[in-house]
Amino acid sequence: MSKLKKIKIKVNGKIKTVDRNTKLSNLIDKLKIPIKKVAIELNLEIVDKKKLSRIILSKNDKIEIVHFIGGG
Amino acid sequence: MKKDKFNIANKKFNSRLIVGTGKYKNMNECAKAIKLSGAEIVTVAVRRVNITDKKKPLLMDYIDPKKITYLPNTAGCFNSKEALRTLRLAREIGGWKLVKLEVLGDKKNLFPDMIETLKSTEILTNEGFQVMVYCNDDPLMAKRLENSGACAIMPLAAPIGSGLGIQNKINIKIIRNQTKLPLIIDAGLGQASDAVIAMELGCDGVLVNTAIAKAKKPFDMALAFKNAVISGRQSYLSGRIEKNLMGKPSSPINNII
Repeated sequence: MSKLKKIKIKVNGKIKTVDRNTKLSNLIDKLKIPIKKVAIELNLEIVDKKKLSRIILSKNDKIEIVHFIGGG
Repeated sequence: MKKDKFNIANKKFNSRLIVGTGKYKNMNECAKAIKLSGAEIVTVAVRRVNITDKKKPLLMDYIDPKKITYLPNTAGCFNSKEALRTLRLAREIGGWKLVKLEVLGDKKNLFPDMIETLKSTEILTNEGFQVMVYCNDDPLMAKRLENSGACAIMPLAAPIGSGLGIQNKINIKIIRNQTKLPLIIDAGLGQASDAVIAMELGCDGVLVNTAIAKAKKPFDMALAFKNAVISGRQSYLSGRIEKNLMGKPSSPINNII
């Protein structure tokens, strides 16, 4: 029954499997994202970076993590 | 020239050259070229973080946003919805409200979609953004953008990355004469003399990326553009002579031996 404890989500277009009840803050930590240099979107809504630990990930959530790169 | 500041959205800058941070070989080259150009504003793009390769260099580690003003752009957006999403995310990264709006309409010529651009300008301005708008060189559209709350009008010289230089000097001059907003030539410049022409037409600044980044010697070209913008501005402020079809001797015609 261990499969039920895992859920599939999408991060920057890539499918990832995480434990059920994973907080968004846990995911960001695990990915070693420099939080001050990014913006995060959950299912097309911008997430307040101060509230990451209040968000528990659900099945099929779509997360986008963006930053600045060179551009004209 | 000391008091001749470049004013954008109530902020004062010394340099009238804005440079893009794309197309460089690497971050080091980009950072050095920006330093040599003297630019105080740089455009940046918003893209996905690479979650698999964490060692990829970060722009912010090379160009300090506390020292250089980041101008997030919407490059690659082809409608208002995408552009708004991008700039709202950009604001979230670090509170950036001064942004460059660029909504493209055609993948080949990269001309702006002015209907989507106009719509986005209005929405963003209402949300408290200060919007510098990439647009075509149409005086009527420039006027509409101004009425929609744009904080700077940025007409193209020629298609993005084309290096063709200013194609329609008359339209740029007409836009200059009708607006007090900062007028910045954005896109299409190829060499330093193009920047001189832009400044002599009365533009407040120029935005350059490819012409520097893809020059054979980007550092030297960065310096050339820096000098060109200063020179062109000085020439504009100095008041040029009238044009004459006939010659007028520079030496006195009296007492010739």
